[in-house]
Parts: sequence; C-alpha cells; structure tokens
Amino acid sequence: MNAAPLSIDVSGLNKHFGPKHVVKDFSLQVRRGEIYGFLGPNGSGKTTSIRMLCGLLTPDSGHGTCLGFDVLREASKIKREVGYMTQRFSLWEDLTVRENLEFVAQMFEMPQRKRAVENTFERMGLADRTGQLAGTLSGGWKQRLALAACMLHEPKLLLLDEPTAGVDPKARRDFWTEIHALAKQGISILVSTHYMDEAERCHRLAYIAYGTLLVKGTIDEVIAQQTLCTWVVSGPELVELETELERRPGVAHVTPFGNSLHVVGTSEQALLDAIAPFRTDARYVWSQSTPTLEDVFIHLMPPGMERRP
Amino acid sequence: MTGQRFSWTRWQGILRKEFIQLRRDRLTFGMVVMIPIIQLLLFGFAINADPKQLPTAVLSDDEGPFVRSLVSALQVSRYFRVVAQLRSPAEAEDLLRRGEVQFVINVPSQFERRIVRSEPAQFLIEADATDPSATNSALAALQPLIEQTMQRDLPQFARRAVVDVRPIDLRVHRLYNPEVISAYNTVPALLGVVLTMTMVMMTALAMTRERERGTFETLLATPALPVEVMLGKVVPYVLIGLIQVTLMLIAAWLIFGVPIVGSVALIYAMVLAFIIANLVLGITLSSVARNQLQAVQMTIFFFLPSILLSGFMFPFRGMPLWAQWLGNALPLTHFVVIIRGVMLKGVGFAEVWQHLAAIGGFVVVVLALGLKFYRRTLD
Repeated sequence: MNAAPLSIDVSGLNKHFGPKHVVKDFSLQVRRGEIYGFLGPNGSGKTTSIRMLCGLLTPDSGHGTCLGFDVLREASKIKREVGYMTQRFSLWEDLTVRENLEFVAQMFEMPQRKRAVENTFERMGLADRTGQLAGTLSGGWKQRLALAACMLHEPKLLLLDEPTAGVDPKARRDFWTEIHALAKQGISILVSTHYMDEAERCHRLAYIAYGTLLVKGTIDEVIAQQTLCTWVVSGPELVELETELERRPGVAHVTPFGNSLHVVGTSEQALLDAIAPFRTDARYVWSQSTPTLEDVFIHLMPPGMERRP
Repeated sequence: MTGQRFSWTRWQGILRKEFIQLRRDRLTFGMVVMIPIIQLLLFGFAINADPKQLPTAVLSDDEGPFVRSLVSALQVSRYFRVVAQLRSPAEAEDLLRRGEVQFVINVPSQFERRIVRSEPAQFLIEADATDPSATNSALAALQPLIEQTMQRDLPQFARRAVVDVRPIDLRVHRLYNPEVISAYNTVPALLGVVLTMTMVMMTALAMTRERERGTFETLLATPALPVEVMLGKVVPYVLIGLIQVTLMLIAAWLIFGVPIVGSVALIYAMVLAFIIANLVLGITLSSVARNQLQAVQMTIFFFLPSILLSGFMFPFRGMPLWAQWLGNALPLTHFVVIIRGVMLKGVGFAEVWQHLAAIGGFVVVVLALGLKFYRRTLD
C-alpha cells in the first residue's frame, strides 16, 4: 500500500476570499486506490480545498500535483482526469437522466459515448429511469446520477463533496459499496462527510477546522495522536449527571451515546479523580473504554463549536 | 489559454443541450414567438408622429362668414377638431390649462373688416406646447390652411393683397413616404427594437441561469472552453431571431402594408449581423452579472438608450453632437438606418456597408470584453 504512487500531493496551499483566510497551509497526500475521508465542521474550508484540487479555484500560494499535474498551472489537464461531485446537486434538472450523461460524455469528448452511457446506466442501476427529468428524481437517485456523471469519463481520481448529505441509510450503504468497488479498481477517492460510520469506512482521514488541517492518518493513528482516555457510564438521570461531570476539572467533554455517556479527558489520572465521587454511586455502572473516532472529533472541534445536548 | 483546441464535439453538445432546454421552457418559447408580433401590432398601430384630430377651440366674437369657413376648413384638414367656440378669453385659458384643448385660435374682433380695409390684422394661435411633437405638424399645416381660406372667402380686391405677400412658391416632395404614414417609419425600426430586447435579455439570462442553479460548477469542472460555451449558447438564439424577423416582416407587409422596396436577402444579411451584435452583448453581460436579476437590470440599462438615442423614437439629427456619438456606439442606431434604407428606399449594400462596419466594430469590442470576463474558475 505504501508503495502506491501519490494521486494527490499538495503542500502549503492557501486561499483567501477578501480578508478571510479560508484555507491555511493545506497539505495532503492521497495514494492511488485509497479512500481518503475529509472531515470537519461546516464552513471549515472542505469545499474550498476540494475546489482547489480540481482546478475550480486557484490557490493563492503553495504547490503540488494532482495526478502528476501541477495544481497551479495545469488545471485543464487535471479536469480531464478528475471526477468532481458537487455538494449541491448540480446537473441540469430540465434534462433527462440520459441527456445529462450524454452531455457530460460529450464534454469529455469520450469515444463510443453511447456505449459508455449505457454501461453506466447498467452499473448504477439507472436503466429504468433514463427518460426521467433529473429534477424529478428523489434525493437518493439524484446522488446516484451525480456519481454516475462524475465517473462516466473514467477518472483516476474522484473528489466527492458531501455526497451522501440528505440521502437515506440504504442508499448511503449502497453508495459506499460502490465507492469501495471503485477504489479496488485503483481509483483514488477523496470524500468529505459528516457521518462517523462513513469516516470509519475510509482508509485514511483528515480533519480540518477553521481552514487548518488538525490531524490526518489512519483511524487508529488519529485516535492515538490525541491521547484521550474515555470512561463509559450508564444509569438513570444521565442529563443531570452530564452537567455535573462537565463542570469537573479533568473532564474534557461529555457526550451522550444512546443511554450511556462518554466521559472524555486528556489525562488518565485527572479523569479518574474527576469521576471518583460518582463511581461510588451504586445507581451508575462505569467501565473504561477506548476512545472512539467521534470522541476524537468532538474533542477537536474548536471551543465555541462544541455540541451541546 | 492552455493550448487546448476548439472541440466541435463539445460545441455540438452544448448546442444540443440549449435546444433541449429551450424546447422544455414553454413560457420562454412562447414569449419568443408572441413578443415580436404583439409588440409590432401594439406599437405599429399606437405610435403616430403625425397626430390628427387635435382638440381645438376658436375664440371669436366675430360671427362673419370668414370665421365659419375657417372653422370648417380646420375640420376638413383633419389636424384639428373644433370642440368649442368661445367668447371669453378666460374660458379659453381654462380649457388650455386643463389640457382639454391643444389649440386656441383667436380671431380678433372685426378681423374681416380690417382685412377688407387692408389694415394690419393679427391672428393669434395659442398652443399647448408641453408636448412639442404633438403640435408641430398641425401648426405647420395651419399657415397654408388660413391662406387658402382667405383666398377663397375674402372679396376679390382683398385677396390680391394677401397673395402678393408670397413671392416664392415653395414645393416639398415627401420622398419614400409621400403620405407621411407613421407606420413606415416605426415598423421597420421596431424590428430592431424587438430584436435588441429579446436577444440581449435571453442570452444575458443564459449564463447567469447556469450560475444561479449551480450547474455552472459542473460545466467548469469539465474541459469545456469559454468560446465553446459562448458559441453553443448563442447559436440557438440566432435561429430564434431569424424566426422573429420573418414573422415581423410578414406582419409589416400584410397588416401595415409597409413596402419592401429593397432586397430581402440584404435585409436578412443585415438582420443576421445585428442579431449577432446583440447576442454577443447579452453573453458578455451574463459573464459579468452575478445573478439573473442583475442580468435583467443590465439589459434595461442598455435597452433604454438604445430606444431613445438610436433615432427610433426621436430624430437622430436633433440630438447634440455628443449624444450622436453615443448613439453611434449603439448597434440599433445603425440598424435603424440600414433597415429603413433597404425597406423603404431600396438602397443596396454600397449605401449601408459603413453602418454594417460600425456594427462589426461593436461585436469585436464586446466579444473581447466577454472573453476577458468569462471566468474559468469560481474565484
């Protein structure tokens, strides 16, 4: 795996919109055939970073390559080899499914377009809906069509910007099965998401907040880097318990998961001291646990953006 | 820019997409066909630079045959409709002030007797000149009208005195439009006005619509070149423009009886150049505008001077020099000259090529600006 060539290799990318510094010193390495998860709160610069990678935005500074092409100077070559799926559905709603795909195929000057479009219908299960106007499709089908459109020209790299937002769980699962099948064929995929279950299906992850990349690596690496310790507690009246625990020094944050609480701290001993008075309470069941990805991401969320119950 | 070549495949793809979208957009399609016809009928019948039947009052305490015959001559001329014969000046002033009459004709007392005695006689016409163009042609018709009446109705010896005042016999030939029919003037020029409105507006919306719906991002993520996108979006409207012109020419000929003296082929060639000028402008506006509302506003900012300074509504030669220069920068100005020339006077290419060159210059300048402003990125 480590020997695979890099599909994305950029470092020090910056982007300003007027006085706002939207992306700061962005560096990312994505290997061939890798599914790279891209996480971070809304407005943290994910979309801007992705647009810089596929040539829709020009970075103010920095350097690097995408599929071997320079991100600053060879945007048009990158466009040919990259499939980009926008956050919002942005195909033509007044064209049918078939017309949309045929149009995209023409834009990429594909040879044997009819065949390519037919094959994509089969593969994406769109064959029954080819004559339907794209605007009348449901959310899940729109997303399938959008994926079909961005992989039609057989790109080597897919950039997917929150592809599963607003899509039902079944469609989400099918989507990820498809993503993994594409990765097995050697296609590299950078996918941004808010869902933890999706993050866990990625080979590697990066987390961005306020335009700064905070951590990156495999799931285990990301968890290990934060050196968090977690206790899980279950019992009655957890809401009161949560407020009390959050006030204690040594507790970084408390997050409810179903009918238990994840109590997270940065220091093992400080956390033990903090929860000690509550552990003697017979109503509660305490157990030590390993921190989950979600614990890490909630911890990484900058102050003021923490999720409140 | 990056050494990419123009691709016919991509261009055809964009063309095809535009046609499909246009076909599905019933409202726009209907407007494209109906607007020229409705506007032609509306303005063709409504606009009249030679207003007749203007309400007129005669103020006179003279009941003599001359006044009676003057009133009937005014009516016969069709420019005046005598709505009141008044005795008091206060009444006359009131009618003028309220706008119920356009003219008051003052026949001084004992006018007839003064003329007969060869004493100086004055004749006052008060006109409501708040709208000068409404009064001009009627006033121009008035002088000969009064002279004729005097010649016919005054006694022989007095008549001679009047005729002797006019040593020169002035004759005017109204060429190309001898009956001074307004429709001859407005209808051909309306072709240009309707084309300016629809062509600029529709193409200005074409690109901003993509941007507003987010589909522009998809388009930008493909290798499509700006020139392919622009040309692909423009060509369907060239066809629409030609359809509009055909409908309007048929209506001009059948309904208004406007003669088509010159070559129809030349008309179409000129129309094509004019359509291209407007489309290029529209597509440039749509590269600059951020949304559809801005695109419409920009279109109107261009449309108003086009109507007012082009010589469509007001005489071009009546404007000061700087305004004529401004007018000359607008394609409609040249098109109005061309189309009136070819349709009414039957002029050929030799007489219009300079105006065509001016339209060509407009295309080059605006196209250069458009390609400069077309953003290949979302920056």
